[in-house]
Amino acid sequence: MAGPLLRIRDLHLTMTSFDGAAHVLNGIDLTVQRGEIWGLVGESGCGKSLTGLSISRLVPTPPARYIRGEIRFEGRDLLQLPMREVQTLRGKRIGMIFQDPTTNLNPAYRIGEQLVDVALAAASHDASVLDCPADASRREKRRAARRLAGDMLDRVGIPNAKARLDNYPHEFSGGMRQRVLIAMALIGRPDLLIADEPTTALDVSVQAQILKLLKGTVADHDIGIILITHNLGVVAETCSHVAVMYAGNIVESGPVEEVIERPAHPYTQALMAAIPTKQSKRGTLKGLGGSVPNLVSPPPGCRFAPRCPLAVAECTQALPSAVEVGTAHHAACIRVTGTEVASDV
Amino acid sequence: MLYFILRRIVLLVPVVIGLTVIMFAIARLLPGDPVALAAGPNATQGEIEALAHEFGLDRPVWTQYFTYVGGLLHGDLGTSLLTRRPVAADIAAYLPATLELVIAAMLIAVAIGIPLGLATAVWRNRWPDYLSQVVAIGAISMPRFFLGLLLQLCFAMWLMWLPLGGRLPIIVIPPPSVTGFLTIDTLIAGDMHAFSMAMRHLAMPAIAMSLSPLATIMRMMRASTIEVMNQDYVTTARALGLPRGKIILKYVARNAISATLTVIGLYFGWLLGGTVLVETVFDWPGLGLYATKAIISQDMMPVIGVALVIGLLFVAANLVIDLLYGVINPKVRYS
Repeated sequence: MAGPLLRIRDLHLTMTSFDGAAHVLNGIDLTVQRGEIWGLVGESGCGKSLTGLSISRLVPTPPARYIRGEIRFEGRDLLQLPMREVQTLRGKRIGMIFQDPTTNLNPAYRIGEQLVDVALAAASHDASVLDCPADASRREKRRAARRLAGDMLDRVGIPNAKARLDNYPHEFSGGMRQRVLIAMALIGRPDLLIADEPTTALDVSVQAQILKLLKGTVADHDIGIILITHNLGVVAETCSHVAVMYAGNIVESGPVEEVIERPAHPYTQALMAAIPTKQSKRGTLKGLGGSVPNLVSPPPGCRFAPRCPLAVAECTQALPSAVEVGTAHHAACIRVTGTEVASDV
Repeated sequence: MLYFILRRIVLLVPVVIGLTVIMFAIARLLPGDPVALAAGPNATQGEIEALAHEFGLDRPVWTQYFTYVGGLLHGDLGTSLLTRRPVAADIAAYLPATLELVIAAMLIAVAIGIPLGLATAVWRNRWPDYLSQVVAIGAISMPRFFLGLLLQLCFAMWLMWLPLGGRLPIIVIPPPSVTGFLTIDTLIAGDMHAFSMAMRHLAMPAIAMSLSPLATIMRMMRASTIEVMNQDYVTTARALGLPRGKIILKYVARNAISATLTVIGLYFGWLLGGTVLVETVFDWPGLGLYATKAIISQDMMPVIGVALVIGLLFVAANLVIDLLYGVINPKVRYS
């Protein structure tokens, strides 16, 4: 296949705030191929959701401003496309799922109708979404969309799917609603799915089902997924690749086993160390000292330096660029060189 | 749903009791003698006492009260001292005019206020928004009777497009009364000339009454639309490629209206009780004029009757609003 599905290069985004411009995305590089599930992890406010929203161009400008960089979806730079064009990609080529299934469905409409609306919107750009001829009447299209909606609900594992099309969102449990939202995101047959904390609001058993469902979707339809989460466990279980974000930068990225087994960046190492294991004693939760830096006046050089246990004077000189530390495994830290992992030598 | 309606009706009982008790108490506490007023300046003491006896006003107040409540159960609202006619018949004659006016005013307010509120929310903080906000503040703060006078000056005196007042010109024969709404009765009678006359007479008082609810509805709608536009499900709808027009007109509007409904219900009742000034300015033969005359002559039966009817209509209007909530928001549907 020609070129990656999605390639984000050197993406810089600032947000106007009362204190001045905050540099919330500071040179994001990310490449997603079909068949890959990328986990985007990091603390709250590190810019992972903004990266996801930027791909759909859902970040309001102003207050946001794209300083430089590009977001190429199948080669076309979404930042240069007119909004009208971007609109034709949403739902149809790029699907999105958000965190809270209780607030992301419209309470006033039956879920069947909401699914049908998304299907019809997608079909208006690509008639093949619906299983009916392009010149079919509105009523035929609606009927086809409804059939498709039923199939989609069935596919995401909602029992008795056809009958449940006529239910309202409040008649579903949280997990079921998230399935409905996944069905809604997939009904236009997108090639890229952005899932922004899709399981954070769900309990653990439901979470596992939803993740399995996402994984199955990639296998069945050969799409790419960006899974935004703050849970490394979710990443380890679901993703093929992971990108670790800190204060608007991707500090480490690579195949998931590589990164988890041999974390190269001190921040990733700290994140891994913070996960409690069976061996850890009660009451000994490990955290990372300090807090996320102020993005209006970020620390010079590496933004992690003030909290980094390995920081040296050079760290504050310049933003470190990503170094290859393994097969497709990169880390942005001056303490790592070649295949060496950052450590206190 | 039937249970829901029944419960509302049962809840009316204490309202009616409270209203009648208060009104009776006020009637007793007010200075002056309504019977003497009704009997006229030349009546002798004997004539006044005879009149008081005829209307049962010489009996203890609690006997009067229970007689009244007993009559109420048969739909008897007592008899007016002034017109010597049953209050129920008087109200039946005047109420349709008031209802027609209030409904027309609310239709105007809703038909313009809702779309305008939606539009100003969508284009917020741009000049159409600012303009309509300024106009809205003006409309809310301007007294209705003053607005009525301005309208008369402009459309009846200068432009001479619309009649000054009344419901129909004297030379037009009114249609047979079916609903009591002249605009509807003329249509039923198929008299298009009379219909256009009735509409032209209705226009100005209805507009004068509609402006303040219109402005309030618009502002409510604007606020709730802005709130709804920030909801997650709107972001989802945008992220999944629904066209902007569809998102606003279908997904946002429906949710935003439900908050505005409350205001519509309250305003409906408020307008019913507040028609007096507009009815006076436009010489509109409605309940407001009737009640004012009764209050001036301390004729308590019509006053209580009007208060009861307006109270009932108010409750009915809000019942309808509550049922509409269920239509718009399935989550509050009644079991």
